[in-house]
Amino acid sequence: MSDWYRDFANSGIGSTITKQLGLPRPVRLRRYTPGQPLLDGPALVGSAGDGRLRAEVESVLKEDGVTVLSPVTADGERGAKVAAVVLDATGVTTPADLAAAHDFLAPAVKRLGTNGRVVVLGEVPGEAPSPALAAARQALDGLVRSLAKELRAGATANLVYVPAGAEASVPGPLRFFLSGRSAYVDGQTVTLSAADVPTGDGGTTPLAGKVAVVTGAARGIGASIAEVLGRDGAHVVAVDVPAAGQALAEVANRIGGTALQLDITAPDAAARLVEHVVERHGGVDVVVHNAGITRDKLLVNMDAARWNSVLAVNLQAQLDMTQALLDADGALRPGARVVAVSSQSGIAGNRGQTNYSASKAGVIGMVRSWAAEFASRGATINAVAPGFIVTEMTAKMPFGTREVGARLNSLQQGGLPVDVAEAIAWLAQPASAGVNGQVLRVCGQNLLGA
Amino acid sequence: MTRKAAIVGGNRIPFARSNKKYARASNQDMLTATIDGLVARHGLAGEQVGEVVAGAVLKHARDFNLTREAVLGSQLSPATPAYDVQQACGTGLEAAVLVANKIALGQIESGIAGGTDTTSDAPLAVNDDLRKVLIAANAAKTLPDRLKLLARIRPGQLVPDQPRNVEPRTGLSMGEHAAITAKEWEISREAQDELAVASHHNLAAAYDRGFFDDLVTPFLGLTRDDNLRPDSTVEKLSTLKPVFGRGEGATMTAANSTPLTDGASAVLLASDEWAAEHKLPVWAHLVDAQTAAVDYVHGGEGLLMAPAYAMPVMLARNGLTLQDFDLYEIHEAFASTVLSTMKAWEDPGFCKEKLGLDAPLGSIDRSKLNVNGSSLAAGHPFAATGGRIVASLAKMLHEAGPGKRGLISICAAGGQGVVAILES
Repeated sequence: MSDWYRDFANSGIGSTITKQLGLPRPVRLRRYTPGQPLLDGPALVGSAGDGRLRAEVESVLKEDGVTVLSPVTADGERGAKVAAVVLDATGVTTPADLAAAHDFLAPAVKRLGTNGRVVVLGEVPGEAPSPALAAARQALDGLVRSLAKELRAGATANLVYVPAGAEASVPGPLRFFLSGRSAYVDGQTVTLSAADVPTGDGGTTPLAGKVAVVTGAARGIGASIAEVLGRDGAHVVAVDVPAAGQALAEVANRIGGTALQLDITAPDAAARLVEHVVERHGGVDVVVHNAGITRDKLLVNMDAARWNSVLAVNLQAQLDMTQALLDADGALRPGARVVAVSSQSGIAGNRGQTNYSASKAGVIGMVRSWAAEFASRGATINAVAPGFIVTEMTAKMPFGTREVGARLNSLQQGGLPVDVAEAIAWLAQPASAGVNGQVLRVCGQNLLGA
Repeated sequence: MTRKAAIVGGNRIPFARSNKKYARASNQDMLTATIDGLVARHGLAGEQVGEVVAGAVLKHARDFNLTREAVLGSQLSPATPAYDVQQACGTGLEAAVLVANKIALGQIESGIAGGTDTTSDAPLAVNDDLRKVLIAANAAKTLPDRLKLLARIRPGQLVPDQPRNVEPRTGLSMGEHAAITAKEWEISREAQDELAVASHHNLAAAYDRGFFDDLVTPFLGLTRDDNLRPDSTVEKLSTLKPVFGRGEGATMTAANSTPLTDGASAVLLASDEWAAEHKLPVWAHLVDAQTAAVDYVHGGEGLLMAPAYAMPVMLARNGLTLQDFDLYEIHEAFASTVLSTMKAWEDPGFCKEKLGLDAPLGSIDRSKLNVNGSSLAAGHPFAATGGRIVASLAKMLHEAGPGKRGLISICAAGGQGVVAILES
């Protein structure tokens, strides 16, 4: 779907007008295409304190053919644009150490080009043995969130907390936050955990040989998820209600997957899903709980049918299917990935959506609770919370509401279904083994609930 | 050495009453969508299957290569061969038999059998007189000759020939033929209405429990057969006026006869090896089939009674009795057809004189008949009915467990019939 305002702001006269009036100036985001280089330019890498991840970061960048500049050499090339700035802040131990972060970031961010990337790596505050240490580590969160709001022209800033022992988990997330896959992920914090992470990024088909189930795959974000997982090499079992079968078949055929018509709220739905994946595919590697419905009404006016149907589809079905897959021998293959679609409304709340927000907040509770069990199986479970995503549904919103909704974020534009799909496809990768129990917002750092 | 072909899946679009949801869909549109739904369900996009065999009863001249054209428009590999068949209402089942036979002989490893029919987009032919003039004009060598011929065209010749739902040799519609048979076998109005109501209730219940989730793919906004009346009752049906037959004894109404319908169906058949390679569960095997034809023109037999003749031949060949089956699917062209056929099999006189049997074939346990509904409720797009029945019955047998047997009986225009045995 076209973004007329973004296109206008990037036109000759539109550029002048929006600049002079101080209007939002959204850019065309750099989105991932297979074979695209990790970055379109060099990366500046620095540290605050005695970080332990700098070598790891530089080796990932070099492996992907990125020129790594250090602050010292950067001085010699003053003014040259950089595509990314990476700060290893794992050495920050006191609030005073944060000055070093500022010292590195200030000149570096000045040189950040269009669609630039800032990634900060820190230690986990919750694991700090002293309040001062915890404070210093937590401070990074505020720093990154605010920096993300200051950045313009499609640039993003995100924070990765890396606990001791989880160093091997870094490459996957680092590549994601630097690449075009994270185009609409901004101002987010992800906490890694130690895991058996396979080496390599899988090239252009990181999901080759994997079987992925995507619910609600007939249209919108679900169809996009199915397409991206298919593009990344997975065989996709596209699931949707029987009534959506025609569109579902088209999606499945387009990506060489299979269509499974199933009402996920039927009493035997979980059993049928398990039977299907075991019989037809010998188990499943990736499960994306995307199916969701809205039945909006103010709480005081909401009838039981609206409440119950939303909770049944958006939450109970996710719980039932996941439990059934866990219980059935051989249904979830080793290293399985479950990704549940939550929502900004589940974090920030939304007027008229008590039922929807309850279901989507419940999803967050679900993945956090299940994370430990999944980790013990070498698997992961995470949630992705989309913000304002441009779909057929938003196209039907009144013009003003839609335009305001689309601009109320740091990237000043609505996201696309593919942005949600890329985040999910990343979480599904073997290289994301160290990302578990996390809630990743794909919202361009939306002002709601931020 | 032959092997039995496996039925591994099926697909159809919901059947639509004539000139409703599919009024603008062609046979090729419907068949293509049906194949695509089958492809999606079984993950066959871009794959080549051994052969696709399908047909339509009402067919435009432009659809001379209907099935191949549908394949080319589908997601199957364009290297998939196809051919058309037509055996009136037996088309779909006959197509399945043809595919199964090639699989049994090892000539192909997989195949799709199907059928499609539209009564909404029926072919209108150029009036025969006009056609002759136009052909002559086209062949004429000089302009004056051509103009002379064209000047012979009269307004009456501009009226197109419409396809008629009548037997060319008797001028009677199929319903009128069935009414004669119903009267002959003394099939009561109540019995017909009961069968029709059971069909609606059974089909509705099957939809409600998700039986058709992996058998039907919606098309053009239709998600269930629009002829289905879940709340149908014998009381309601008893108020309808008969439409076929005359006078006091007329029993056949619009409700206990199938309406004109649009739709398409397809069945995926394969060798056991191909099915295993594709991790597709085998629902059932097509064990045997038999066709028969009767002389309804001067032989004194009912137009739709041929299956009654085909059945004993097939049963004898397989050493089975009519009672050796767990499920029966008798196509409900008319409720009276199903009842007449069953009554004939129970009748010692008919079985002795017409079928040459020492004893009658006997009766069928009605609780095993058309348990998930049939044509009276779903509708009957002529060539699509066979595929609907084969796929549904195969799935039912699979659900019932291994070693279950199912029997199919389909009557067809021209006094023909096709019967088949499936076994899980």
